[in-house]
Order: sequence, then C-alpha cells, then structure tokens
Amino acid sequence: MHQADTAAHQNAEHQRHDLVIALRTFLPENAILSEEEDLRPYECDGLSAYRQVPLVAVLPDTLEQVQQCLRVCREQRTPVVVRGAGTGLSGGALPLSDGVLLSLAKFNRILNIDPVARTARVQPGVRNLAISEAAVPFGLYYAPDPSSQIACTIGGNVAENSGGVHCLKYGLTVHNVLEVKMITSEGETLTLGGGALDAPGYDLLALITGSEGLLGVIVEVTVKLLPKPECAQVLLAAFHTVEAAGAAVAAIIANGIIPGGLEMMDNAAIRAAEDFVQAGYPTDAAAILLCEVDGNAAEVADQVAQVEAILAACGATQVRLSRSEAERARFWAGRKNAFPAVGRISPDYYCMDGTIPRRELARVLTRTAELSKSYGLAVANVFHAGDGNLHPLILYDANRPGELERTEELGGKILELCVEVGGTITGEHGVGIEKLNQMCVQFNADELNQFHAVKHAFDPDGLLNPGKAIPTLHRCAEFGAMHVHHGQLPHPELERF
Amino acid sequence: MNAPTGSRHLDAEPPKDQRQTLVSPADNDASAQLIEAIQEAIRDRKPLAIYGGNNKAFYGRRTDSTPISAAGHTGILSYDPTELVLTARAGTSLALIESVLAEHLQLIPFEPPNFGPTATLGGAIACGLSGPRRPYVGATRDFVLGVTVLTGRGQRLRFGGQVMKNVAGYDIARLMTGSLGTLGVLLDISVKVLPAPQTEITLALERDTETAIQTMNALAGRPLPLSAACAYGGILYIRLSGTPSAITTARETIGGTTVDGSSLWQGIREHTHPFFAGPRPLWRLSVPSATPVIDLPGALLIDWGGAQRWLRTDAKAPVIRKAVDRVGGHATFFRGHDGRDEVFHPLKTGLLRLHRRLKEAFDPQRILNPGRMYEEL
Repeated sequence: MHQADTAAHQNAEHQRHDLVIALRTFLPENAILSEEEDLRPYECDGLSAYRQVPLVAVLPDTLEQVQQCLRVCREQRTPVVVRGAGTGLSGGALPLSDGVLLSLAKFNRILNIDPVARTARVQPGVRNLAISEAAVPFGLYYAPDPSSQIACTIGGNVAENSGGVHCLKYGLTVHNVLEVKMITSEGETLTLGGGALDAPGYDLLALITGSEGLLGVIVEVTVKLLPKPECAQVLLAAFHTVEAAGAAVAAIIANGIIPGGLEMMDNAAIRAAEDFVQAGYPTDAAAILLCEVDGNAAEVADQVAQVEAILAACGATQVRLSRSEAERARFWAGRKNAFPAVGRISPDYYCMDGTIPRRELARVLTRTAELSKSYGLAVANVFHAGDGNLHPLILYDANRPGELERTEELGGKILELCVEVGGTITGEHGVGIEKLNQMCVQFNADELNQFHAVKHAFDPDGLLNPGKAIPTLHRCAEFGAMHVHHGQLPHPELERF
Repeated sequence: MNAPTGSRHLDAEPPKDQRQTLVSPADNDASAQLIEAIQEAIRDRKPLAIYGGNNKAFYGRRTDSTPISAAGHTGILSYDPTELVLTARAGTSLALIESVLAEHLQLIPFEPPNFGPTATLGGAIACGLSGPRRPYVGATRDFVLGVTVLTGRGQRLRFGGQVMKNVAGYDIARLMTGSLGTLGVLLDISVKVLPAPQTEITLALERDTETAIQTMNALAGRPLPLSAACAYGGILYIRLSGTPSAITTARETIGGTTVDGSSLWQGIREHTHPFFAGPRPLWRLSVPSATPVIDLPGALLIDWGGAQRWLRTDAKAPVIRKAVDRVGGHATFFRGHDGRDEVFHPLKTGLLRLHRRLKEAFDPQRILNPGRMYEEL
C-alpha cells in the first residue's frame, strides 16, 4: 500500500514536471503555479466542503496562451478545470489532483460598451457588478444579479446560467447573453450567437450557457444591457403561515403583475437576518414576502396600491412600503445577507438550490421540516418565490464527526423531494460535484447518455472538467438511483454495486 | 411540414368544426405510434419528414423523406395560470392554446407566427420563429422550459422541466428549439407564459427608414414599455404595452399619433400584411439592431426594433449574404426558393463540424428531417 502511494506520488511529480516544462515555453514564470503553498488558494470554490489541490494552476493573459495551455493538456492527456472568481456553490471549479486549473482571472477587461446597441463586450474575468457599473453613465445595466455579484465573474455566470433576485422579470443569464467566444478542447475558437438577436443553425449559445465548463472555455462574452427603471419600491409583508405567504405570491401573479423581485423567507431565516442586519423584519412572522415593483413613478404607485390590496386580502398581518432608497436597501439587506446571517448562528451551513412548482411550496416545506427533525439538523428557508427557486440552508457543525455526511444526505433528500413534486435539483447553482447523485434521480440512463453524447460532440477527449455536472451510469448504479424501465436495467454489460 | 400527400396519418379524423375543438381540446396520446414509426424508420433506414399542421413547409430546405405527422398528438397536459407554465403535446393547436390562455388573461409572449389555421405548438417550437414582441420580451427559445423528444436513436427523453429556473444538465430543451426537427421529434413542450398587458397602444411617427432605425434604438435605451417597433413606408410604428399609467407617460415622451395597431402587428406576425403579398422572393435579414440601412435592391420592412429586416428582392443569394456578413448578421431565404438552395446562412467550418457531431449525437442514421436545415445535417 505504502509502496503504491509512493509510486503514485512519483508519477504525479513526473507529470507535474513535464507539464511545467511544456507550459514554460509560452507562459511567464509567474503565470505557472506548481508549489503546494501557491496552489492552496485554488483548492476549492464556494463549496468549501470539497477541497483538492490541482497538479498545476495557470494564469494566462492572452487567448494564444489559453489555446497553448489546451494544446499541452491535450498532448499530455491532462484534464483541465476552468475557474473564474471561484464563487460557485456546487464545486464546479473544484480542481482535479491530476489536472490543470486554468484561471481566467487576468481576463478582466471590459472591451466595449455600446450604448446605442445596448451591449457590453467583456472578457470572462470581468465581475458581474462591474458591467452594470460601467453602464451607469448610459442609464443602462446588466440585469442578472446573483447574490455574489460583487465578486463573481461573467464567464462563471455563463457557465452556470446564474440567476438572481430579479430574474422572474428580467431573465437568467441565458436570456441576457448575445454572444460567447469559446475555445474548444481541440483548440478551435468558435463564436456562438452574435450581434443579431439570433444566429443560424442550432442554438449553441443556449447549450453552452449552464454547461459548467464541460463543453468549452469561454473567453469573451457579449451581454445585453437594459435601461434602468426610473424607480422601484419594495413592499414587506408578514404572514402567520407559510401557506398564506405562498397564496399571496400566486395571487399577485394571477392579477397580472410580474414584480421585479418577489422573495420569501421563513421564520428561521427572518430571525437570523434580523439579528445580523436589523432590517426591521417582524421576527414573530412565520414568513415574510418582499415584493419589489419597478417602472415609472405613476406605474409604481399604481402597482404598489394593487399589491397592497392583494397582500391584505391574502391575510398579511403587516404590510410596509419602502419610502426611500435607503429604506428599500434596508428591506433588501436582510434578504441579501440571509446566507451570512445564517452563517453567524451556526458553525457551518449548507445551501441547497431546488426549484419546485410554487403550488407545492407548503408540501415541500412541511416535508423539509419533518426531515429536518428526523436528522436533528435545523433548516432555514429563503425562497425566490416568484420563480419557485428554494434555498434551504441546513445548519451543521463540520467539526462534529459524521455531521457533514448527514447534512449531505438530508440535502439530497430535499432535492429528491423537489424532483418528486415536479421540480428540479438545481435552479441556479449548478450540479458541479455536489449534486451528481441527484442527477441520477432526475434523469434516466438514456438521458444521461444523451448528455454524454453532447459532451463528446464538443470535447471528444473528455478533457474539460471531467467528472462534473453529468454522472456516469456507473456512479448512478452505485448510488442506487438508476431508473429502471420495464424491469430492465439499461446497459446490462455494466457492473452494478 | 412537407406536403402530406401519401403520408402516414397518425391523427384521428380532423375536427369538422374548428370552433368546437377550441372549446373541448382533443386529448390524444399518439406517442406510441410515433415511437413505432421512428423505430421502423431506423430499422429500414428510411428518413422521415416530420410535420405538424403543415403550415410552414416552405421554411427550410426540402427533404425527400416519408412524411410523418405529429398533428394527432394533442392535448394540453397542464396549465396553472399562477405558475405561468403551460405544458401541451406537440400537435396541440396554437390557436387553441392562445384561446385557453386568453381566458386567463395570459398569452404566449413570443407571438409565434401561425402561417396558417392549423399551426401546432410543436411546429412553432421546432421552427423557433418569434413575432414582433421578440426584442423586448424574448424569443421562442427564451420561453421553452422543457421538452419530451423522440431522438433518432428511437429513445423518448425528457429534458428541462416545468419550472422557470433549472440548470440540471445541458439545456437540450433550448437546443431543440428552432432545430427544425433535425435532432428529435417533439412530443410535449412546457413553455413559460405571461400575463397579457393591461393596455396596448400603437403610435405612428413619420420617419424615413434611416431615422426610424435610429429612433427605435434610442427609445429602446430608455425605460419605456415598448413591445414592438417597425418601420415601413416612411412610418415608424411603436407599440406600447403595460399599465395605463406607464403608457400615458410613454406616449407623451414618444409623441406621434395613436393608430389602431392590432391588424398591423397581426399582419407582420402572420405575413398577411400587403408587404408580404406576391411572388417576389422574401429574405429575412437578422442583424444588430442599430445597423444602418443595408445597400441592397428591393422593398424593405423593418421589424424587431431594427434587428429583423424583411426584404423582397431578386438579388442573388451571394450578394445578400455578403452584405449581411459585413454587418455581423445572417440571412435566411424565407420564401420563394426552390427548396434545393441553401436557405440558411452558411456556417463557418468549425461550427458546421460541431453541428454535424451534434446531429450524429441525436440522430446517427440521419432519419430525422435530413437536409431540412443544412444539406449536411
């Protein structure tokens, strides 16, 4: 055993050595990291429960260098994991022990803002919020606003198809990207989409969006910019029951109103947030709703009146309206800080990301509460209520032996519940390394094979981010969640555990 | 899509009274027959030409394959207005879906053209065409949430779902949208729907074409409730949709005179507007919205706030493609071709290779609409 370890270690050292020699022919010394201490910062992304130091990390700053990196990796049969800001929550940028970590952090330039065409052409390492900031002089902004928008980068947003609190009205990343330039694992530069609203052929732009770094390396992105609404106001409503809050959401939409943001928090999340930022939330409420309406002043006034009436009719025990920008920011502060707020009351927390048909909310929350009780782990819920995207936060302590494993098991159960009620295991965080097992629940073997066939069309050698996003059938068989059709296991030639 | 002469009709007797169908939607699961047909085609290596209501047969290249209809696979499977999601079988009539939505004051946001009375949801999604609302609200693909498809491997697969946010697996539902049936036969489709606007008005402003393009783009950069913008015959037409208060303010900002726009937008969506009449070849130019007028002979109607330009012209394809290439757009030979020419803009080598591989991944024997989109696919 010990001998085998030593041999593996020596092997890795050889591989590392060969890689570094090849990379040095076109990369400056400081763009290649191969020492343990230099690699440590790259060992995980936002899902810190999983850590792995890569063999080598590279930080190229030209497209030619990226192409050369891919060539070397192809020649040396070394897998590549691409990383943006490393804020992803599903371990999509978790390095591989025998792989290269390709950081695009140096590609951080905004190349062009075109106020007439309302587009921004940017490098993948540009931060989400930086695009909106650069568009301010033109009265424009980039709509998708994931909560990590201060830090996360647009390349990662495209790879994950990131959402945000405003996507019910303004769409996800896939709705706001016009063009992506990418380099394939074979070293070819392709342009998907373009300056027009559509492109000939298959919709490869949609396919690359949310593909979690498995299909190509995104090296440039052109996004749509929208005119900033004249004004926005938030209503904060408290409810005695989660069901009543859910019914209010349905009533708002049934009345033909699509709010700019529509968020729900349960009591555990309310109390954590209130403790942390004093947003003025009623801590005795079972649930609160935050409903933001935007538009011109007259329109906002009309819609506020309409929503207020709906909330009252749905049994809101308290409705408050933001009277200033400062107050609007304060109302949102609690929601936007819900994750760190929960982080204060528990040594660790694990954020889930299922989407459900909204009508199933009460059932899912009731069942989640039961699961929470039987696992002995508290759960706080924040909910993008408008579009059914639920973020249960499981509170745990990683220092207690076995607690992370139990947390993951509970999380898995919650995601399976989402699938059971007609939803999905991930609304906006991606599958990454985290939800591979639940992919086996959501998709059958033929569907997974079709995903693998798509991957193969883009990346025949399986060089890009292998082992993420789409599980192998082998893994599903081990997990024991393989769908069985007509009593027959697909691919009987494969070994089962 | 192809002429159904001598075709295999999977649908039951066509409804005698269309209106009755609208009241009680036909619910018929024809998937078993479709699967059987696909498996037979795989076995016999006999390609199929898939069609729904057969109203868009002109769109794309001709494919000399055995016609197979999905028009008999009908029924709305689920629709909950407060979830903003509708799921229906591919053969379900678009008109029926729109009437059901209208009862709940909702609509299909991308205004898919019917191009005939029997248009189906499956045909609309497979063609991926969008109407005048597209630049401001989104395209067909933006509203497709999930599909069940039959691939050329004879497998029935489900991708996406019935929820608005879903990033599990590659977005194959959107890949299917606009793929003209070359990757799979759509069985059912879930689409996001939206509340119909409370109020809608159309403003007309006198503008020459060049100025109209500039005005459309300038207005789109301001927070106004635009829902369509078109320029034709020296007039710029702007449609506004939203709350009465939003529209009142926007109308004052934009100016012009209020006209009855309903037949105008319907005519542009369905190509029943006089501009589209007659046999002269019709080209669709999809270009960046602010592109100045492109120097090509013929008659022009500009839609999508400048991003979609309809051209009636006898100019040769290479001339048109070159002119559009120069501005970063693409051109589709929409009507008036013989079905043998390239209809869609030629793909660059790398992209074409990827298209071939994707076709191989879904339909290795090329039995699904071979050649309908590109000769090689």
